[in-house]
Amino acid sequence: MAKNTNGYNIIGKPMAMTDARAKVTGLGKYADDLSVPGMLIGKILHSPYAHARIRSIDTSQAEALAGVKVTATGEDARNPYGILPIGHDERAFALGKALYIGDNIAAVAATTPEIAEQALDLIRVDYEQLPGWFDPEESMKASSNWINEERPQNIEKEYHHIFGDPEKGFGEADFIAEERYYAGEVNQAAMEPHATLAVWEPDNRLTVHSSTQVPFYLHRTIASVCEMPMSQIRVIKPLIGGGFGGKSEIIPLEVAACVLAKKSHKPVKITYTREEVFLAHRGRPITIVYLKVGLSRAGKITAVRARVIQDGGAYCGYGPVTVLYSGALLGAIYDIANVQYDGFRVLTNKPACGAMRGHGTVNVRFAFESILDQLSHQAGLDPLEVRRRNLLKAPCITANSLRVTSYGLPECIEKVFERSGWAEKKGNLPYGKGVGMACSHYVSGAANPIIRSNMPHTTVHIKIDRDAAVTVYTGASEIGQGSDTMQVQIAAEILGVSTDRIKLVAADTELTPIDLGSYSSRVTFMAGNACLNAAKDMRDQIVAAVARKFGCAADDFEVKDGRISHKSDAGKSLSFDEAVTVALEFHGALVARGTYAPPETARGGKFKGAGVGPSPAYSYSAQVAEVTVDPETGQVRVDKIVAAHDCGKALNPLTVEGQIEGSVYMGFGQALQEDMIWKDGRLMNPSLLEYRIPAAKENPEIESIIV
Amino acid sequence: MNKELMHLRVNGEEREIAIAPNRLLLDALREDLGLTGSKRGCDDSSCGCCAVLIDGAPMLSCVALAVSYEGREITTVEGLGGPGELDPVQEGYAEMGGAQCGYCTPGFMIATKALLDRNPEPSMEEIREALSGNLCRCTGYMQIYESVKYAIEKLRAKSATQVPAAR
Repeated sequence: MAKNTNGYNIIGKPMAMTDARAKVTGLGKYADDLSVPGMLIGKILHSPYAHARIRSIDTSQAEALAGVKVTATGEDARNPYGILPIGHDERAFALGKALYIGDNIAAVAATTPEIAEQALDLIRVDYEQLPGWFDPEESMKASSNWINEERPQNIEKEYHHIFGDPEKGFGEADFIAEERYYAGEVNQAAMEPHATLAVWEPDNRLTVHSSTQVPFYLHRTIASVCEMPMSQIRVIKPLIGGGFGGKSEIIPLEVAACVLAKKSHKPVKITYTREEVFLAHRGRPITIVYLKVGLSRAGKITAVRARVIQDGGAYCGYGPVTVLYSGALLGAIYDIANVQYDGFRVLTNKPACGAMRGHGTVNVRFAFESILDQLSHQAGLDPLEVRRRNLLKAPCITANSLRVTSYGLPECIEKVFERSGWAEKKGNLPYGKGVGMACSHYVSGAANPIIRSNMPHTTVHIKIDRDAAVTVYTGASEIGQGSDTMQVQIAAEILGVSTDRIKLVAADTELTPIDLGSYSSRVTFMAGNACLNAAKDMRDQIVAAVARKFGCAADDFEVKDGRISHKSDAGKSLSFDEAVTVALEFHGALVARGTYAPPETARGGKFKGAGVGPSPAYSYSAQVAEVTVDPETGQVRVDKIVAAHDCGKALNPLTVEGQIEGSVYMGFGQALQEDMIWKDGRLMNPSLLEYRIPAAKENPEIESIIV
Repeated sequence: MNKELMHLRVNGEEREIAIAPNRLLLDALREDLGLTGSKRGCDDSSCGCCAVLIDGAPMLSCVALAVSYEGREITTVEGLGGPGELDPVQEGYAEMGGAQCGYCTPGFMIATKALLDRNPEPSMEEIREALSGNLCRCTGYMQIYESVKYAIEKLRAKSATQVPAAR
């Protein structure tokens, strides 16, 4: 597992997660595990109709029920919000119209969950039903009855990009394939249903404990919706039971709990049922891909044309970004000069889709890799060989202005070629068995923040005091991926101490500096670099004081194994504890800081929509699946998946392998068994019994390879 | 519904609580006894996050009425072992990546504990079978298998050192 660690003591070696003991003892606290004295339980009333005008809401009977402390409707918080500055179309509770089955109409907070449930039944809502839009290709033809009057034809956003000369490219092709691909809708289905505890403090401040991947955006949104200054609000992220993008924007219960807490001046907790998790959704949208690709006899891709339609649901959410990712990463994994992309994000009367794992890129990747196999077949070439013939020559800038520096795809392909036994197996297995392969890539963090600014994307502070404990203050959100552990490793490595000495305080807006959140695979690259910079700053401060004490230059010292020692004079050496005392005497206080912002050269092109796709670095992967198909029943069984992944330096191989295997698993689930089934805007399988994510017995063996 | 006084034996201790007869065991554990280690991940007994041991057998506490389990030995994740002395199963999940987000982990550990108690040397197929009542969304299960194997090794080593002493 462990590869060459290049002289590192901690980095690159497998390390158990720092919060593992809290998790295996059951003592760690997730949002729903929290309670405070006097806490009320909040429940949300959801729309039973997919598209309806709200004529009136009467909460008086609910309010009269003993034990009900407060109710809230759209009138209590009118400010719109949304994760993107261009998409503020959600409100705490619907104002005027309900846009999907499950839309948020009103809420109550009561002394027990049973009373709160009962109170929901007493809220009278007068609806006028409107015709609904459920099929994205039908919805985008709408001439009236639009879901959002400001979005004509129900089109949230469309983008049209042409790079190179696609027509000329198709002219040069010896083989052309043209297909329509359809990918159904899937949900993150993190094991932890969302929960939020909003506590109204005695000094009229608000403290919000929430299952969020984005405490910073939640902080901003609560301030706006509750009309309070950010300085009066504290957001704390407890342990999070999985995210995968499902907690990467503001989820209705977070806003509802805060509105109820502010109105009642009491602590209010709301926990979603599993059905509500599906209704809040933010999963991967239904994606229809019309794809045309040309290939030369030599196996070179000559041109790509894609028309992508995404069924975004009733609100904007991350929509424009999702549909831009579909285009930005469509052709940029291979060396393709001519690409045309037409992307449409369409509104329908369904729950809003969001930024699910591999944001916007997964379904178009499926389509592209599928058509590439078809073209390879047409050309009589091995599909793996076709991938080899279309590699980028990194470092380079892709046709759509993405800067590619390190490019581990060739190695990924060769690794899965060897380890899967591709050469022996491809085309040689008995009837009903086969191997197939595909490649993919993704950003290591978006180079451009959601809210444009010139501030850093992430900041880390480190403090050391007389106990010689190193306290790292980071805004980064641990959601099970190992973000806390990664930063502990970095700080310990740079300061030459054991990981036990590092205390980490994370994701609490009152204590920790800003990090934009756990999304777009950004945390190790960005928060990791900020932590590295802070640790170096701290190390330099300590070394400067020690060098001064011995009357030497700072460069003469090394920091290793819990000591600060002169490189050539063994007599000049202090333990870390002693060095801290010397440094405190010299500096007075030991406080260090580090930030990270992506370099200008990584921020992409200038065309409309160019802001999505650029990243300071890209990760690459290749996979081979061995599959058995029962010729009688058509049942597909995946026997094994070999996955090679280039994520750059694997700081913690244990968690990197966990991430590879978990993502393979989730892709497998979507490919073979997960699908949200809709009927006139009603989700027919809003439970884990009917929306079946793979269990151990269904899941294939996965071999992960770190490149 | 009126509350009634009842006695539950949880993690080796006699606990007295006043609960309504329709109180689910999961809610009694989490809300009335403050044992929040057992989790709720679904509403239809499909995820296994709430699993506890009843007289050593794994059961879903989200579909069990607390009153039905008076006089039975209930073991939750907190009862497997505390920070001072982790059970080998807990150690395995902590060390080998079996717990990523950790939310399904209590249920998986309960299922693992029940398996290894009755079958200390399970085959790979038996492990998969025993864990298939639980869902994990993070790991793809591979590191969960590694965690179980770690616990098996640990228990094997432990019984090897204990056997001579017993004789």
